[in-house]
Amino acid sequence: MIAELFLSGIVVWLAGAVASLALWRQPVAARRVACGAALAGSLLDLAASAAALFSASPIVIGLPFGNPAFTWAVRLDPLSAFFSVTLSALAAAVSLYSFGYLKGMEGRRNLGAFGFFFNLLLLSVALVFTASNAFFFLVAWEVMALAAYCLVSFEHEKKKARDAGVLFLIMSHAGTGLLLIAFLVLASACGSLDFSSFHLLASRMTPLQQGTVFLLFLFGFGVKAGVVPLHIWIPKAHPVSPSNVSALMSGIVLKTGIYGMARVFFDFYGAPPLWMGTVVLGLGVASALLGVLYALMEHDLKRLLAWHSIENIGIILIGFGAALMFRALGQANLAALALIAGLYHTFNHAMFKGLLFMGAGSVVEATHTRNMEKMGGLIRRMPVTALCFLVGAVAISGLPPLNGFVSEWLTYQALLAGFGTTQSLTRLMFPIAGSLLALTAALAAACFVKAFAIPFLALPRSPEAADAREASFTMRAGMTILAVSCVALGLGATWFVPVFDPITQQALGVRSSSALVMAHGWALSPGRPHGGTISLAGMALFFLVAGAAFALPLALRWRRRTVRGPAWDCGLPGLTADNEYTATAFSKPLRMIFSALYRPRREIQAEYEVSPYYPSAIRFESEIEHPFEKRLYNPLRDRIMAAANRMKGIQAGSINLYLAYIFITLILLLLFGVR
Amino acid sequence: MIERLMENAAQFLLLLVLSPLVTGVIRTLKARLQTRRGPGILQPYRDLRKLFSKGIVIPETASWIFTATPWVVFFSTILAGLMIPMVAAEAPLGLFGGVLAVIYLLGLGRFFLALSGMDSGSSFGGLGSSREMTISALAEPAMMLAIFTVAIGAGSTGLTEIAGAAIGQNWRFLAPSQMFAFAALSLVLIAETGRIPVDNPDTHLELTMIHEAMILEYSGPYLALLEWAASIKQLVLMTLLINCFWPFGLQPTWFGFGAVEGICWLLAKLLLLSCAIVLLETVNAKMRLFRVPEMLAVAFTLGSLALISTFLF
Repeated sequence: MIAELFLSGIVVWLAGAVASLALWRQPVAARRVACGAALAGSLLDLAASAAALFSASPIVIGLPFGNPAFTWAVRLDPLSAFFSVTLSALAAAVSLYSFGYLKGMEGRRNLGAFGFFFNLLLLSVALVFTASNAFFFLVAWEVMALAAYCLVSFEHEKKKARDAGVLFLIMSHAGTGLLLIAFLVLASACGSLDFSSFHLLASRMTPLQQGTVFLLFLFGFGVKAGVVPLHIWIPKAHPVSPSNVSALMSGIVLKTGIYGMARVFFDFYGAPPLWMGTVVLGLGVASALLGVLYALMEHDLKRLLAWHSIENIGIILIGFGAALMFRALGQANLAALALIAGLYHTFNHAMFKGLLFMGAGSVVEATHTRNMEKMGGLIRRMPVTALCFLVGAVAISGLPPLNGFVSEWLTYQALLAGFGTTQSLTRLMFPIAGSLLALTAALAAACFVKAFAIPFLALPRSPEAADAREASFTMRAGMTILAVSCVALGLGATWFVPVFDPITQQALGVRSSSALVMAHGWALSPGRPHGGTISLAGMALFFLVAGAAFALPLALRWRRRTVRGPAWDCGLPGLTADNEYTATAFSKPLRMIFSALYRPRREIQAEYEVSPYYPSAIRFESEIEHPFEKRLYNPLRDRIMAAANRMKGIQAGSINLYLAYIFITLILLLLFGVR
Repeated sequence: MIERLMENAAQFLLLLVLSPLVTGVIRTLKARLQTRRGPGILQPYRDLRKLFSKGIVIPETASWIFTATPWVVFFSTILAGLMIPMVAAEAPLGLFGGVLAVIYLLGLGRFFLALSGMDSGSSFGGLGSSREMTISALAEPAMMLAIFTVAIGAGSTGLTEIAGAAIGQNWRFLAPSQMFAFAALSLVLIAETGRIPVDNPDTHLELTMIHEAMILEYSGPYLALLEWAASIKQLVLMTLLINCFWPFGLQPTWFGFGAVEGICWLLAKLLLLSCAIVLLETVNAKMRLFRVPEMLAVAFTLGSLALISTFLF
């Protein structure tokens, strides 16, 4: 039953892809078919994977083709099912949103092709999460990369979109190369490509092999997840793609990297050496902190969100790294807590980042710019979008009572418990990671004050922002669904936690939800007695009661005494948008405090006629340095280009020379063979 | 259940009533130390009464965020206050959250306050919001290290358990780790409550103000709510500090004669801490904004020392 449901979802996506491509001449029909199929497929797969998560044994579906060496089989074990739920829940909301969002592209762009790649992306991501052997996995992985590439450079007349697409493709393939080697090493060790034969395999290998395979997987999947220093494609690719694609890319395509890591770290490895966990934890902290620090400097709304994806991947990896360390230290219960923290954040991030990207998409569509400095006052023109974006902003900042707080709290609890698990100095890593996580969360709050206040509050900064129109009904519906799920995942945390039982059972052999849920499902605890509790439902209840008993009656009474007046404008004639604080100004203190990292450069040219105190025009330019690109990638690219130039010499274009090459190769091969 | 509700109601009232008093005492003590007379310790109550009876002017440019913010700030601060032990050793709403929840609830209030600062479109609000978010973010790592130190000692993030662990060993606050953590948290407290080396609560000078800049456009009852919430936040953080480190006099329960004794102890400890704050405010000048990170770096170092000394000593 579950198998049929899952397969029908896959078939619907496939049919949607083909049908929308066939309908490319009729944009309206293509849009409806593409979005309808995507929505239907997502709902079918949501039902199937939710059921599979709780089924007693993994669901295995063999597809009716292939040969015994390279089988095409799908396997829904709890880990796969969880990621599949994440995918289909987000995809359903994004598909609904796309109904309205793509309308603006009708007649201007080839919606048939868009629908094809969109459905293909969903299909391939679903297969990445559920493929049961390395061969099938890599095929799905490549299809996903190609579909994502086509969607990222969908607006291909823009050079930035093309460049971002190529960068994504190159990095993605470099990552796939690493994965291929890693899978081949594993396959040669056990003689099969099946994931089930890889189970606990890595722990039977020599330490050197183990370490090599681990690093290959870490960096191979790290490229897709956007772990620092492999992140550089994210802030380029996310802003240029259409916003519904950005939501999917950030919400779920990055998570394929996380899925891969979870699969490798918790399925293929038994008890990994301690250093692996410390590496993951360290990379997680670095990604979280650098992600948010660079996000703060952005005033491109979508690029800001892209940097936050890197931050949140970092937070997820903090949980994973802690789980790996606990496993090495033999603490299965703590490992389960840390793994739950990481996976909970994975799901949360899909929800609120999808929501924020869709909100950004509505704003960009309404104002025709991604530059926050040209927005403003949108809360009056776009009330629903503003409210949804606010929910997403509070959630991603990790503030109670929304879902971001739950996963961050679980992460803190795991790190806190980690201090007592070992006597070595390694234990200092846990509290230091905790304090840097606190810094990250507080900086994220600062960043989202900016990201909400500058576009949505105060006065419009451009005529486009002043005439902005609210998003269409389906777009609002898509955002509202995710906003509601952010609230529900916060308030209903204790109902959601048992979902992780099958996963921790599979990965670590413990079920911890009964220890985590306390007080008849009202409170969440870190799983040890007297360890401290939180109850987000309780907090929400307090706010509701306080609001109904005090705030509402008093606010209504005070209404009669309220007048509207101008804001203080320093005695100048009226407050204009020019008086407002800008996004650049908002982050100025942090730019100065962290100037050693940013190395900001600015250039001011003022033109004046009479006195320098009365300039007639000012040109201001400010930029910060991106160290990884400047010091790592650009030199690397230059080396490769130089090497390629040098190799040009052997390709002289003479057929005799090429024949000589073939002859020499043959002789070398013969020598090699005879030996 | 009924008892728990009554405890909550009692602490709720205590927070409301006591917080302006603490502000008033600090102001009066400071005035005396600077050989001024000062307005008297009851002045904050008079201010609140006056503000609550006044009319409200809302900027034309502001949205619903502007009117929602005072309520969010007020109630999130109160909720945080109910999660800490004040008189009884058990925090009335300890089930709803521990020290992490307290910090994040205060963060929720700050988030909305910063939004409302930007809502009017006046540049002062943006200036205040920007500075507030910067300083609070930089204070966070030091605070978390100090909290980790305390929480590791108690094996819990619940404040009932943290205070309980300290009660058992009355002189534990003399341990190096506790003293370092106390010093770190005190520096953070100064930054978080906007006391003098970081922010001057008595000034409206645009170059220096932080909190005042954010609430510049508020008037009447909404201003009263925000001022009250600021007092409550100060009381909450002060109580958090004293009851984590010197839990003397915490009573087993809110009920009976013991509660009076508990309140007396609380007042005595608050007075002691207020004196320290007043002394610090009087002998220091306000720092340049860009010197504040250095002070918070000192706090971070102290927090790290606290953590290291938990297993060195």
